[in-house]
Amino acid sequence: MKNKLKVLRAEHNLTQEQLAKAVEVSRQTINAIEKEKFDPSLMLAIKLARLFKTEIESIFIYAKD
Amino acid sequence: MTFSMKTKKQQILNLAGWTWSWIATLALATFGPQFIWDDHQLLTILFVGLNFANGIAMVIANRHFFNSLDELQRKIQLEALGITLGLTVIIGITYSLLDTTNLIGADAEIGFLVGMIGIIYLVSTLIIGRRYA
Repeated sequence: MKNKLKVLRAEHNLTQEQLAKAVEVSRQTINAIEKEKFDPSLMLAIKLARLFKTEIESIFIYAKD
Repeated sequence: MTFSMKTKKQQILNLAGWTWSWIATLALATFGPQFIWDDHQLLTILFVGLNFANGIAMVIANRHFFNSLDELQRKIQLEALGITLGLTVIIGITYSLLDTTNLIGADAEIGFLVGMIGIIYLVSTLIIGRRYA
């Protein structure tokens, strides 16, 4: 799954560490999501969307391949 | 369950504490009868029981540690546990077969299996963790 997390994080001037703390996960998890190596749970996706005051679909883009 | 580095660190320390005390009570229960209390049966029973109870506490601490992890860390641990379980069954059965068919000179020892579980779990956790780095 593709995502715009890195762009959104940069727009909000947040480090991976700060974002990780805000959504209560490890920095490694944020890094893995940004590199599209790991797809977050629905709960984490909702937390991220709420934090950036946007919708889940604006952050995560489902791609078949 | 919410994730916090402080909670995770506390749980790691808790698990480490119970693991080391389990090893200590195991050593006491193993070598105590011969070297410390001269085969006193009551003391041996007491230390074997203490070691067992300590083992249960270690398992509970391990569960708490798992619950303190976030979703990616749990996924890494789960994959590592799956690999460890699979390889342990395969290698354990092969090792036992080598013993029963007399293809190896020495008897199969449970200590070998326990040591192997630890090494496979450690290596697979590191390899899988690197995949998400």
